[in-house]
Amino acid sequence: MNFILVVEQTLNGLQLGVMLFLLAAGLTLVFGIMNLVNLAHGSLYMVGAYLWVAFVELTGSYLLGVLLALCGTLVVGMVVELVALRTLYEREHLDQVLATFGLILFFNELIAIIWGRSALYTSVPPWLYGHVELFAGVRYPMYRLAIILVGLAVALLLWYVVARTRLGMLIRAGASNRTMVSALGINIRLLYTVVFGFGAALAGLAGLMAGPIYAVQPGMGELVLIQVFVVIVIGGIGSIRGALVGALIVGMVDTMGRAFLKPVLGSMISPTAAEAAGPALASMLIYLLMAVVLALRPQGLFGGRGG
Amino acid sequence: MRTTLRALFVGLLAAGFAAAPALAQDKIKIGFITTLSGPQGVIGETMKNSVELALDHLGRKMGGREVEVFYGDDQFKPDVGVQVAQEMLKKHQVDFVAGIIWSNVMMAVSPAVTEAGTIMIGTNAGPSPLAGAKCNELHFNVSWQNDQTPEAMGKHLQDQGVDDVYIMAPNYQAGKDMLTGFKRYFKGRIIDEVYTKLGQADYQAEISQLRAKNPKAVFVFYPGGMGIQFLKQWDQAGLRDRIPLYSVYTVDEISLPAVREAALGQWETRYWSPDLKNAANQRYVSDYRKKYGKWPVFYGAQSYDGIMLIDSAVRAVKGNLKDTKGLVAALRKADFTSIRGKFSFNVNHHPIQNFYLLKAIKGASGEMEMQIQKAVFENHKDAYYKDCKMKW
Amino acid sequence: MRAHLRLTVLVAGLVLLALVPPLAAALNQPFYLDLLRRVMIFAIAAVSLNLILGYGGMISFGHAAYLGIGAYAVAILAYHGIYNGFVQFAVAVGASAGIALVIGAVSVRTSGIYFIMITLAFTQMLYFLGISLEEYGGDDGMRLARRSELADLIDLGNPVSFYYLVLGVLIAFLYLSHRLVNSRFGMVLRAAKSNEARTRAIGIAPYRYRLVAFVIAGAMCGVAGALEVNHTNYLTPNVMHWTRSGEIMFMVILGGIGTLGGPALGAFVLLLLEDLLSGWTQHWQIILGPLLVLAVLFAKRGLAGLLPGDRRDG
Repeated sequence: MNFILVVEQTLNGLQLGVMLFLLAAGLTLVFGIMNLVNLAHGSLYMVGAYLWVAFVELTGSYLLGVLLALCGTLVVGMVVELVALRTLYEREHLDQVLATFGLILFFNELIAIIWGRSALYTSVPPWLYGHVELFAGVRYPMYRLAIILVGLAVALLLWYVVARTRLGMLIRAGASNRTMVSALGINIRLLYTVVFGFGAALAGLAGLMAGPIYAVQPGMGELVLIQVFVVIVIGGIGSIRGALVGALIVGMVDTMGRAFLKPVLGSMISPTAAEAAGPALASMLIYLLMAVVLALRPQGLFGGRGG
Repeated sequence: MRTTLRALFVGLLAAGFAAAPALAQDKIKIGFITTLSGPQGVIGETMKNSVELALDHLGRKMGGREVEVFYGDDQFKPDVGVQVAQEMLKKHQVDFVAGIIWSNVMMAVSPAVTEAGTIMIGTNAGPSPLAGAKCNELHFNVSWQNDQTPEAMGKHLQDQGVDDVYIMAPNYQAGKDMLTGFKRYFKGRIIDEVYTKLGQADYQAEISQLRAKNPKAVFVFYPGGMGIQFLKQWDQAGLRDRIPLYSVYTVDEISLPAVREAALGQWETRYWSPDLKNAANQRYVSDYRKKYGKWPVFYGAQSYDGIMLIDSAVRAVKGNLKDTKGLVAALRKADFTSIRGKFSFNVNHHPIQNFYLLKAIKGASGEMEMQIQKAVFENHKDAYYKDCKMKW
Repeated sequence: MRAHLRLTVLVAGLVLLALVPPLAAALNQPFYLDLLRRVMIFAIAAVSLNLILGYGGMISFGHAAYLGIGAYAVAILAYHGIYNGFVQFAVAVGASAGIALVIGAVSVRTSGIYFIMITLAFTQMLYFLGISLEEYGGDDGMRLARRSELADLIDLGNPVSFYYLVLGVLIAFLYLSHRLVNSRFGMVLRAAKSNEARTRAIGIAPYRYRLVAFVIAGAMCGVAGALEVNHTNYLTPNVMHWTRSGEIMFMVILGGIGTLGGPALGAFVLLLLEDLLSGWTQHWQIILGPLLVLAVLFAKRGLAGLLPGDRRDG
């Protein structure tokens, strides 16, 4: 275990955390403001990745593909909200779970019918390829560094929107007391659609950023969905700050656990026992973390009304 | 509205059950179980395509009688696999059950089939119990025994005198079996043996860890989406040109189109490759490309062989499928032209076959392909046949 | 008359199920015996989940764990040569109840999404534990050494006897569920679900009642697990995966939470639809998905809710 490795793993944890944040932000907003459990959030992540691949092919430009994919996911999100989810706000969480699960099946199969079940070919754009020499001999993939920077920029943007703009104020008010906001003459339905759309766009952004390094195939959203739920529970429902902190913590714990748990265990108990226990424990680590957080602070780190 | 909905549901269900097919007694019926839905459906698709191609080549007939294949979707779950098998055995009354991708589904389904007195032809999963102590007269496997493929890679690295190998696999039974098989023949120094979470998408942490240990070679087993992700991230970490990467079931004709040049120069071992030179294989590959526009992959090649094997047995008993003993004897003879050239069964009904070293290269057409470099094993037997009590 | 329509339909359904074996024999369709038997086993699991989900308002995403525990209990005992069905089932119930007690003691204190995530976390941990048990097959699972022996009373090797055993358990559990829900215990549970503050105000602490309900539900599901491993003849940790919990939940929601026959109906519709649709097309999920959405949008109280029923059923 040397310094360079620790720095690299820290960056890895940061990058994973940032991706989780993009997904968690949208989900926690939707849950906090509209009280909607949306299992199909992972499908929007998948839609973002697929739209990006399609638009890059169409336009030949990476950046144009990103822009169009973001808009596309925004539109898809709003359409889904209008058509399928509107009536679910008043319903119990369970009904929302079942309905959004139905949406997952639908989207996965739709993508499989249009693009086939095989994973799509994606690659990092040439101008982001390769490594960057950071400091003290630490080399890090440029693309992943870009993900970290974009993610942090989005976090900053979200903070600005929520804390400093009128829209943000409406969002915070709606989370606090939607009846009052509606009574004050704000078109709450429009607000919801817009918020959902933004959440979808964030998920789509995560998806298209993941595209070059992960497998783009039907069902790619569900693999990451459970981690996202863990993040928003740790961070506290409805809180974007909580989503960021929770995501970074989960990203770090997961990465560090996978990297260092086995060697650390190996020095405490026998290496062969660490062989078996290490990977098993590493997979359970984020759940244990969540259990600990909930035991100490049941509403999550930044949970409670508003946030 | 409510009564209409209710009636609709009841009607749907009734219609479904009434649609139990009435079959002509003359047909030969084969039940083919694989995974057709979900992300793994891509594998089942290649198998189904190859089965259909085999039927086309046979003119949809075996031994003069028409053949009907029922496809079942096990949804990657052993209990659904058993249910599908029961449906084929009891409802469709198939004469053979074939297919099955996953070892755990195979372990659940095969006994259910063989205990019903029906012959099981496995065309992918080769779990060790069924090759060893639990071998069964009615269970045949035309693909391989799970350990054989990594054994070949272990032998190759051992022969090369490579040392300081770092090995990785997902943390589940198949992953552990692959590394066990590798270590059975590789006796050099293994720097570390790492198990990652099943379905993990991001390997950056493991790659960083690996790089710090500075191995001379890396051996991995990452099937499906995991392989695609690992390869892309390995390539982006700049390691493709620095450390040779060896793998099994990671780079194949399904994942190559998704990773392309990121897999360039990678080594695999397999019992078959599209460029294997024999007449049956060349026909299979060219017709598959013509019909489906893609390269066939080994899952499909095995399934193709499975159908051809069944055909040879049916012809040998002159269509009398009630003669189970005769069928078993005919299957054992394996008197058919396999896409891998020579084909024979070991005493445990698993194949004795060659294993080749493959390399991912850029083909003449500019597409990525797997190319055979040399044979690593000739007439290789699996490691479990001595535990099988069958004699013939 | 109308008020009892739901109950009548339920009873009619059960009678129909009882008639399946002779019908199947007459029509020479023995497969349906197996199919419906599997469906009934999941119906039992759904009925047990309904106790805490439907009536108790506790959204447990970890219920499939007890299917696994019941299955493991039977399979492990059989592996070590204990084939006595009574012992196996007793251990299955005991183990499920015990583990439910431990998990419940921790989880029942929370509610809402937090309860969901904690039960999910526990299930995942049990699943990973099951995978790591190499002796019992790891994630490949293992074959059941021998079916449970129920002392010549019921031969599980005989498809018809097994079928009637499962049907019997389903009816027994439906009855048990009905009695529990309509007892004082059940009333407290339902009161706590509908208005916890008021329940506390009259001096009842829901925690104990909820915990007991959680344990009972777990034990009932353990029986389903023991039946399941006998049915498939195969043990796999796959049944403990959280997606399986989700499936059982969907059966309950689809059928109608908080109704007596709803969960069983949901199990039937969901599993039979899956079987039917997958026979038509490999893209069956694109049909099932929207059907589920429509069911939620238009059948506000689940499928059973489409029928008017006794208000006592919730």
